[in-house]
Amino acid sequence: MVADSAQILPGTLDLLILKAVSLGPLHGYGILLRIGQISGQALLIEQGALYPALFRLVRQGLLKASWGTSENNRRAKFYELTAAGRKRLREEVEDWNRLATAIGSALAAQPEEV
Amino acid sequence: MKFVAYLHSVASKLLRRSETAAELEQELRSHIALRADDMERSGLSRDQAERRARIEFGAQEKVKEECHEALGGNLIEGLIHDVHISLRTLRKSPGFTTAAVLTLAVAIGANAVVFGALNALILRPLNVPQPHSLYVVGRANDNFGYESYPNYLDLRDRNRSFDGLAVNNFAEAALDSGDGPSRAWGYEASGNFFDVMQLQPYLGRFFHASDEHGPNSAPYIVLTFAYWHNHFKDDRGVVGRTIQLNKHPFTILGVAPPEFRGTFIAFSGDFFVPIVNQEQVDGESFLNVRGRRWVSEVIGHVKPGVTTAQAIADLNSIGAEIEKSYPKDVSQMTFGLSRPGVADVFGGAVRAFLTALMLLAGLILLAACANLGSLFAARAADRSREVALRMALGSSRRRILRTLFTEAILISLLGGALGLWGGVMLLRALNVWRPFPEFPINVPVNPDANVYVVALLLSLVSGFIFGAVPVRQVLRTNPYELIKQGSNVRAGRQITGRDLLLAAQITICAVLITSSLVAVRGLARSLRSNLGVDPRNAMLVDTDPSRAGYGGDGIATMQKRMMDAMAEIPGVTSVGLVGQYPPLHMGWNNTKVYTDQTADLRPANAATEVVNYSVSPEYFQAAGTALLSGRIFTWHDDKEAPRVAIVNREFAHRIFGSEASAIGSFYKIRNGTRIQVVGIVQDGKYTANLAEDPQAAMFLPILQSPSNEACLVIRSSLDPQQLGGAIRAKLRDLDSGMPAFIQTWTSEMNGAMFAPRMAALSLGVLGLLGAMLSITGIFGMAAYSVSKRLRELGIRVALGAQRWEVLQAALGSALKLLALGSAVGLILGILASRVLAYIVYQATSRDPFVLAGVVLAMAVMGLIATWLPARRALAIDPLSLLRED
Repeated sequence: MVADSAQILPGTLDLLILKAVSLGPLHGYGILLRIGQISGQALLIEQGALYPALFRLVRQGLLKASWGTSENNRRAKFYELTAAGRKRLREEVEDWNRLATAIGSALAAQPEEV
Repeated sequence: MKFVAYLHSVASKLLRRSETAAELEQELRSHIALRADDMERSGLSRDQAERRARIEFGAQEKVKEECHEALGGNLIEGLIHDVHISLRTLRKSPGFTTAAVLTLAVAIGANAVVFGALNALILRPLNVPQPHSLYVVGRANDNFGYESYPNYLDLRDRNRSFDGLAVNNFAEAALDSGDGPSRAWGYEASGNFFDVMQLQPYLGRFFHASDEHGPNSAPYIVLTFAYWHNHFKDDRGVVGRTIQLNKHPFTILGVAPPEFRGTFIAFSGDFFVPIVNQEQVDGESFLNVRGRRWVSEVIGHVKPGVTTAQAIADLNSIGAEIEKSYPKDVSQMTFGLSRPGVADVFGGAVRAFLTALMLLAGLILLAACANLGSLFAARAADRSREVALRMALGSSRRRILRTLFTEAILISLLGGALGLWGGVMLLRALNVWRPFPEFPINVPVNPDANVYVVALLLSLVSGFIFGAVPVRQVLRTNPYELIKQGSNVRAGRQITGRDLLLAAQITICAVLITSSLVAVRGLARSLRSNLGVDPRNAMLVDTDPSRAGYGGDGIATMQKRMMDAMAEIPGVTSVGLVGQYPPLHMGWNNTKVYTDQTADLRPANAATEVVNYSVSPEYFQAAGTALLSGRIFTWHDDKEAPRVAIVNREFAHRIFGSEASAIGSFYKIRNGTRIQVVGIVQDGKYTANLAEDPQAAMFLPILQSPSNEACLVIRSSLDPQQLGGAIRAKLRDLDSGMPAFIQTWTSEMNGAMFAPRMAALSLGVLGLLGAMLSITGIFGMAAYSVSKRLRELGIRVALGAQRWEVLQAALGSALKLLALGSAVGLILGILASRVLAYIVYQATSRDPFVLAGVVLAMAVMGLIATWLPARRALAIDPLSLLRED
C-alpha cells in the first residue's frame, strides 16, 4: 500500500478480486492482503477503490456476502464466489492468458522473424 | 440470475436505504479496525494505529458515494429525486404552474375530444365480426346507397362476390306494447340481414331468410338492446309476446346484442322488422316498384379472395343486365363500394370536417407549446444564477437539463391528465346529446383505450417540445461570467419570431371573438325577425292517421275531427293543419311550377321552383301568417271545386310580375293541372335555414291535395305543459291508438337553428381556446421581459421612476403587441362576418355591442395575462435587488 507499487491495469481489479476470493471466503481487508500476498506484493490496491468494486460484483451476482467473525474476533463481511462468479473467473483467466500470450509473443518478435 | 441479482440490489437499495447505508458504514469501520490491528502488531499504540488506518483509507464519504452508485438503480432513484425537486419548485410558483397546466389541459383536452370523435366515427370499424370485409354497395354515379327492392333482389341472387347481400331501410312506426302507441324508429331489414352480419342474438332469436314468404308474411320484430333495456326493463319474458306496430300485430323474436344498434353509427333505432312487411310499417309498399330507389343500404361481406375491384366488376355486369331488361326504370347502374358506419352520403364531409378539426387541434397544441416554451425560457432566465451556481459546484449540464425536462414533463402530464378528464366528460356528454329531438340521432363517441394512449403521447411529446425551448439558453450558460457580472443580458429590441407568432395568435383570437359575438347577436335577432309565421305560443302535433289503421277518405275525416276536438280546448284560439311539415322544418317539399302559357312541361321549361304546402283554411291564422290580399280557403275548396292556391308575395312577383295581376290568374303544376291564385300572403322563411334567399311558396287546400302525415298547428296562450296534456287527452278520446308527437313550435325550430347555433358555439369554443393561448403567450412574454430587466427596473425605481413608468417599461412591448393584434383581428373579424351571414341569419358586425364586446374581451385578456408580471414589476425593491447582485 505504498505509492511505488505497480499500477494495476484498468479492468483487472475485478479479476484479481474474483481470484482472491476463489481461494476461500474473505473480508474486504483480507482481499487486499491476499492480492498483495499472491502477487508477491507487486500489485497493491488502493483501499478506497476496493469497496465500490465489491458492491458492483455483488450486484452482478458474481459474489455473495455474509457477516461473520474474523480470525482476530472482529465482525466483518465475508465475500465468496457464486456459481456465476466461478464461471466468470474461468472465462476471465482464459481471456487474460490468451491476451498475455499474444502480447508476450508480439513483444518477443525479432527483426529477422518479420 | 444476474438480472435477479440486479433487481434485488436495486430494490434493497431503494427500499432499505438506511439499512444499506448502515451496513456499508459498519463494513468500512470493520476494515479500518482490521487494518489498525495489523498496525498495532507492528508496534503502534491503538489510538495511533486507528488514526493512521483512517488517514490511509482516505475520504470515506467518497467511497460510500461510489459504493452507492455501484449498487445500480441510479436512474430510478435520480428520477424520484428530480420529481421531488420539480414538485417543490412548481409549488413555489403557483401562478406559473396553474397557467401552464391549464393551457396544456385545454390544448390536450381539445385534441382528445377531436381524436375521440375521429376514432369513434372514422377509425373504429363497425362492431360486427370481420368488419374489414364488410362493404356498402352504392351507385358510383351519385355516390348514393339507395336502391330499389327488385334491383336488390337481382344483385343478391346473381352476384358471385359476396357472402350474402343484405338490405336495411330506416323506418318510423307507431309502436304499442300495451301502454298506448308511441313513435319508434328502426330498420326494415332483409331476412338474411343478421346472418350476413354474422351476429348472434342477445336474447331469443333473429329472423332469417327462411321466414320470408312474400309481402307481410313475417310479422316479427327484433328489439335493439337499448329499447329493450329502457322500455321493457330488461324483462327476459318479452320474447314471444305480441306488440302492435301501426295497429298490426308483430311477435317479438328476440333482442339484438348491446354492441350492435344497426349499421348507421349515428342512428339509434329501436327495432328491426323484416322488410317484406314494409307495407304495414310504411303504409304503402314499394317492394315491387323497380324504379323507386328507397332502400337505404345494401351491405355485405366480400368473399375471401375476392378483391373489391372484382366485386365491383361483378356488380356492374349485373347492373348492365338489369338496365337492358328494364330500360324505362333503371339507368346508370354502375357501382362503388364504401365502408359502413357514417352514412356514405355524409362520409366524405364528416371525414373532411373531422380531419380539419384534428389539424386545427394539433396547431392549437403546437401554439400552446410555443407559448409554454417562452414561459419556460423566462423561468430559466430567472434561475440562471441558480443554474450557474450548481454548475460551478460541479453539477453536470446533463443533470441540470434533466431537472428542466422533468419539470416540463410533470407539467405536461398534469395538464394532459386534466385535459383528458375534461375531454372524456365532454365526450360522454356528446354521447347522450340528441341534436334533433324528433330524430333518434346521436353521436356515439365513447372514449376507448386509443384516446387515452393518444392523450398520453401528446402530453409527453408536448412536454419535450416546450421543455426543449430553454435548452440552448442553459447550454450557453457560463457559470463564471454569470456569477461575476449577474444577468445583465440586454433586453432585445429586435422583433423575434416568437413575437410574430404571438401577434398572430392574438389576431386570430380577436377574429374568433368578433365572429362569435356577431353570430350570437345574429342568433338572438333572428328569433325576433320576420319569419312569415309566428312560432311563439304555437304547438305542433305531428300525426298520421294511416299509422292507426285509417285509409282513403277516413284520413281526411279523422284530420277534421282532430282539428275540431283541439278547437274545443279552452284557451285555444285557432287550430290549423299543414300537410307533412310546417315551415322551418328540417324536411320540406319543393316542386316546379309553370306559367299558364307553357305547353311542354319538361323540368327545363319550369318558371320557378317553389316550396309547397297543403293547408286547412284555418292554417294561416293558426300559424300567424298574414293575408295581404284576396281570400283564404274555405272547406268548400274540395275535390269537386275548381283548383285554387294561395301564394306568397315572392311567388306573385316571380310569375305574374305584381300582386295585383296575380289574383285571379292561373299557373300550372307538373301534372298540367291549372291552378287559380285566390290569395296572397306575406313572405317568410320555409326551409331549415333562416339565412335562405327569399323563396316562392304556394299553399294548396288540404282537401284538394291530401296528405296522410300532417301537423296540427294549435295557437294558444296556455302553458305548453298544460296544453300538451289537454291535447293528449283529446286524442285519446278520439282514438287511443293514434300516435302523435307533440312539441312547441319553438323547440321544433331547433332544427332550423342548428347550423347557426353550431356556428356560434364552435366559434365561441375556438375563441376561448384562442383567448387561452393568447393569455399564456402574453403572460410568457411579459414575465420574460420583467425577469430579464429586473435590475434595470430596480435602478429606475431607485432613481425615482413612477409606478406607471415602471409598468410601461416592463410591459410596454407586450401590451403594444396586444393592441396591434386586437385591432387587426377586429378588422379581419368584421370582414369575416360577411361569410358568416350565409349561415347565421342577420349576422352583422355593424353593431356597437359587438365592437364594445371585442374591445372589452381583449382588455380583460390583457389584464389577466399581465397581472402577475405587473405585480412583480411593481414589487421590485431596489435595495434587495442591488444587494443580491
